[in-house]
Parts: sequence; structure tokens; C-alpha cells
Amino acid sequence: MTTTLSRALTTALHHALETDPKVLVMGQDVGGLGGVFRVTDGLQKDFGPDRVIDTPIAEAGIVGTAIGLAQRGYRPVCEIQFDGFVYPAFNQIVSQLAKMHARTGGAITLPVVIRIPVSGGIGAVEHHSESNEAYFAHTAGLRVVAAATPQDAHWLLRQAIESDDPVIFFEPKCRYWSKGEVADGPDLPMHAARTVRPGGDLTLLTWGSMVETCLAAAAAAEEEGHDLEVVDLRSLAPIDVEALVGAVGRTGRAVVVHEAPVTGGLGGEVAASLAERCFDRLEAPVRRVGGFDVPYPAARLESHYRPDLDRVLDAVDRTLAY
Amino acid sequence: METYVLLGADGRLSDEPAARDVTPELCRGLYRDMVLARRLDSEAYSLQRQGELGLWLQCLGQEAAQVGSIRAIRDDDPVFPSYRDHAAALCRGIGPEALLAQWRGVRQSGWDPAEHRFGVYTLVLAAQLLHAVGYAMGVQRDGTDEVVLAYFGDGSSSEGEANEAFNWAATVNAPVVFFCQNNQWAISTPTSRQFGAPLHRRAAGFGLATELVDGNDVLAVHAATRRAAETVRRGGGPALVEATTYRMAGHSTSDDPTRYRTEAELDHWRARDPIDRLRTLLDREGWADEAFHADLDAEADALGAETRRVCRAMPDPDPSTMFDHVLPGGSPVLAAQRDGYAAYLASFEDAS
Ligand SMILES: Cc1ncc(C[n+]2csc(CCOP(=O)(O)OP(=O)(O)O)c2C)c(N)n1
Ligand SMILES: [Mg+2]
Repeated sequence: MTTTLSRALTTALHHALETDPKVLVMGQDVGGLGGVFRVTDGLQKDFGPDRVIDTPIAEAGIVGTAIGLAQRGYRPVCEIQFDGFVYPAFNQIVSQLAKMHARTGGAITLPVVIRIPVSGGIGAVEHHSESNEAYFAHTAGLRVVAAATPQDAHWLLRQAIESDDPVIFFEPKCRYWSKGEVADGPDLPMHAARTVRPGGDLTLLTWGSMVETCLAAAAAAEEEGHDLEVVDLRSLAPIDVEALVGAVGRTGRAVVVHEAPVTGGLGGEVAASLAERCFDRLEAPVRRVGGFDVPYPAARLESHYRPDLDRVLDAVDRTLAY
Repeated sequence: METYVLLGADGRLSDEPAARDVTPELCRGLYRDMVLARRLDSEAYSLQRQGELGLWLQCLGQEAAQVGSIRAIRDDDPVFPSYRDHAAALCRGIGPEALLAQWRGVRQSGWDPAEHRFGVYTLVLAAQLLHAVGYAMGVQRDGTDEVVLAYFGDGSSSEGEANEAFNWAATVNAPVVFFCQNNQWAISTPTSRQFGAPLHRRAAGFGLATELVDGNDVLAVHAATRRAAETVRRGGGPALVEATTYRMAGHSTSDDPTRYRTEAELDHWRARDPIDRLRTLLDREGWADEAFHADLDAEADALGAETRRVCRAMPDPDPSTMFDHVLPGGSPVLAAQRDGYAAYLASFEDAS
């Protein structure tokens, strides 16, 4: 079925609500409005306000009550309206949700999913374009995934809801309206990276909003005779290190591309893992392309902040020329 | 608690004692402020529709709540706004260029807070309320008599930080007036899903002095806020004013309010328009002549023209500016990123 990423999420939520009476959807404006990105469109109509819950404006409350609901046997899927508004819930996510299972010696599992529209590219005002995955990937006890295509949006979300682990689920908002195929089943487990384009000269490692950018860069590089591989990490915690080592072990060259600021970003984690695991196969240092170490800028500057085809190719050229 | 009203929906003054303080000058001034604010707001809306602004959040319908409150405090009283407070900002001398810059996407904020005693907009709901309390603690320590005014919305009052601010202010007796524009909606969420008890009652529980006022009655807002602010100024402790008003437009230019509210509800509030209401009084009492209205029309037209002109004239910022002001002390890493990016951009110039 061909559909948009946004719609692929809606149908995943619909399926989860339909098949498991314990699944709940909760967040600001998720009911009648269907969420500001319409991902929950129609769900309240079909499943009622007790299962698709319009919450007060209280992010700590959304996650905190989701934790309580999960202890009571429910499987809440929370929506945070924008990336920049998750921080009021940080305590509940980092100190409560992530640690409860370990703290209780495994007695409590918290199958809570937190959906976060993430990253820029839509010309938004401040706090609406951040790529904050590193905070969560840094926190033990959370699974962090990023969907870049309708197929992954749909199946990763269904897998996330079915999983007993707490999952931070990132949705690149600039891709909400892009179309793609959704197959009848998942073709990968939740933690697996995906080779989205095979290639022999260099591996682009990326996720979320930047997958499309990297594919465009690979297409452009092909015209110059370079054969680039593109790997979508999909799972940012845990990272599918084996897959990355396998890919980069073959090509010998890697560039990590993400929208988040480079300093402390997951690109560093990827580069370090590659250095540890396949240093002797590397023909060049692993380069990172990402946002600058500045607050996400005003909308008219975001095209300078976000890595684009040229910045990716610049790093590719340097890595190939090394 | 009964809603405090001075000027009824029919445009008649009540027999409340404060009605005796209402003067023609006061009414003309407040009327002018509201008319100008509405013009700026509607021009900005049009500019967004023409693609000149990325987004705009209208204050349409809330002019009385904003103008009445800000005109009730002193010019040197600091204000911590939310993000829809354009009418209040205009009263503080913040012009269209400054007001539109953030929404055009050329800057992150528009004005110098110190110059206008008016903070930059806070988009992360309720955060500014704690800042207001902290600022007020500074005022206490400095031994001066400013009153801090903090604006927020009904929806924002659900955030933990809002409730921390109310409680904190009460415990330290901070000279702050929390001013809620209860415009009935938080995007698509009605107040019935935000409040278990009316906000003014919750505020009383925290130990705040409270006022519940008709937010579309600019005279009542003015009198109630003045009363609250003067009590605070005398050391009487923090206060919360809940102004009942209505967001006549969508939440923002991206919103489609027809998905969640009815035309009948809008009609109800259209009949309570704050500007029409004061106009009725001015006309009945003969407090504003034709020349006043002609001058005001001309002034509004000029403001509209200026808004269009300055908006379109705002250039895209230089990319290097995104590296400015990240850290007051600067950083060599950042300087290297800035220089590296400039060199990268220059390499395209050289190539062409
Ligand atoms: C912490 C946080 N959560 C969510 C949002 C998204 N958001 C922006 S405005 C808004 C509604 C606010 O309603 P209210 O406080 O009543 O103010 P109004 O827009 O009605 O003026 C929401 C949920 C936000 N800006 N900040
Ligand atoms: Mg509101």
C-alpha cells in the first residue's frame, strides 16, 4: 500500500487500538483535532475519549500518568507535540520511565511509547525543530528509534507498541507528507539498521530526516563515478553496531550524517564504535556532518544549519580523497 | 466569585465604585490602543497569508485583556509575556518590525527586553512565570517598588511550572501579578479539560490574592489590574488576575478551528467584542468626536502601511549570525565552525 509517513503512523495506531484493548493514545490535542500533524486523526472518533485522551498541557503529567497506567497494565502511546516541549517531561522519562525496570529488579515493565515529531525543515519558530535524540540515547533503559519512511513508520511503531520496553519514537516532521510503500509485514526487527542503498566506495550512516538527503547525495555522487552506500540506523539505542561494522568493513570509508549538533551527537558514538571495531579496515577517519553547535536558528537560516546535499558531498569528497 | 464588570456587553457603565474613576481621556486612550493593536494583528495575518511571515498567532478578541492590564501598571513595571501579547507589546513601544521579526523567521526574538521593560516572547508554555517570580525576588532584594506582570494562558496553567510559580511567589511574597488571559481554548482543548476548578479558585488556594474579571471589558480589566498591582506594590503579596476572554481567531495561522468549535460559539463572543463595547460608550457619552475617529483611522492606516513595509523590507539574515551570541564569552570551537562555514560558502562563490 502506498501512503504518507503520517498516514502510516495513523494506521499503526489504529491497528494497535483495535487489536489490544490495553493500548491508549494520549497527548495534547490528539482527540478532535487529530494532533497538530493529524497523526491521530479520526482515532478518538473510532475509539472514544477514554482510549484517545486529550490531556491537559502538562508534559510531565503525560509521561508520569503513562507510567502509572503502564503499572496498571495499560500500554500508553504518548504524543509530545514538538521536540522542544519534551523537556518538562525529562524527569519522568530519564529518572522514572528509563530506570523503573532495573530499580525493581525486573518486577515492573513499562511498555510506554513516546512519539516525538522531531527535526527541522518546515520553517518553524524556535523550539519546534530540534533534533534531541542524543539525550535519550544517552539514557540507559530506553529504546530510541527513528522512522524515515512510511514502511518503518508503520512497522516500527507497531513493534514499539508491542514491545515491553519504553520506546522514544522519533518522527521526522519534514517527512510526514512523503509517500512510500508499506508492506504487509515488518521486514526487520526493531533494533536493526537498514541498508537503503548498496554501494562499494563509502558508507553514509544516517537516520530520520537525513536519510533522504543522503540518498540524494548518493545519487549525485554516482554521476561523478562514486558508488555510495546509505545505511539508515533506525535504532539509535541500542545501535546495530554489527551492521555498521559489516558495512564500513566492506567500504572502508564512512561519513555519519545527522541533523543534531555534532558535539555530543550520536555521530561521535558511531565513529568511536567504528574506530574500536574496524580501525584496521578504515581507509580514512570517520567524518561527521551535522548541525552546528548553535541553538537551532531562525527559520530563514535553517537551510544553512541543516546538512544538505552539498555539505554531505563535501565530506564525502574529503573522505574519498584522504 | 463573581466576574467583575464595569462596562456591560451593552456598552453601559455599571454602578461599581470604580466606574466613577472612568474618564473620557482614559477611554479614548484605551480605545486607541485596542484599535491600533487590532490593525497590526490583521495586517500581520494578511502578511502571513501572502507568505511574508512563516506563522502568526493572532490576539484578535483579546485586546481589552492586554491593553487594560498593561495600561494599569507603571511604565517601569517589568512584563514577562507569553507569545500572543502583541497589543500589550505595542503599548510598550514595541513596533511592527520588532514584533514581526520572529514570525518572519529572521530572528529568534524581536526586541531588547531592558529597553521596553518587556521580555521576549516565551514559546515554551509557562516557563516565563518562574522567571517573573525570580525577577520579583530581585526587586525585593533591591528595595525598589516595581510590580512584575506575567502573562499566560488558560492552557499553560496546567504546566507544573505554572503551579510552581504560583506557590513560590506566595511563599516569598513576591511582587508579581500573574495575569491569565483565559481565552477558553488551548489550541483545540477547552478549559473544561484543563481545569478541575476555576483558575481563580486554585490561585486562592495557593495564597494569591485573586481577581476574576470580564476580559472583554477594558475598563474592568484596567481597574482590577490596578487594584491588584497597587496591593502588590504596597507589599500585600502576589496576585492573580483571571480575565475571561476569547480567542476569536485560530490558535495560529496553521490551525483550523472549525475542527473543534462552532460558529454559534463565535457569534456569542462576537457580540462581546471589546472594541465595539467601548465604542458604544464613547458614542453614547459623546466622549470622542469625529475628528478623534478620523485621526485614529489615519493612524491605524499608517500603522498598517508601516507594518507591510517593514515586514517586506526585513532581509534574510547573514548565515554567520547564527554563530553570534551563543556564549557571551565566545568559544574557539564555535569560532572555528563559523569560519569553516564561511570558507565553505566562499568556495561556491570561487567556483562560479
Ligand atoms: C511546554 C509546551 N508544551 C506544548 C506547547 C505547544 N503549544 C503551543 S501553544 C499551546 C496552547 C496554549 O494554550 P494557552 O496557554 O491557553 O494559550 P493561548 O494559545 O490560548 O493564548 C500549546 C499546547 C508549547 N508551546 N510548550
Ligand atoms: Mg488559551
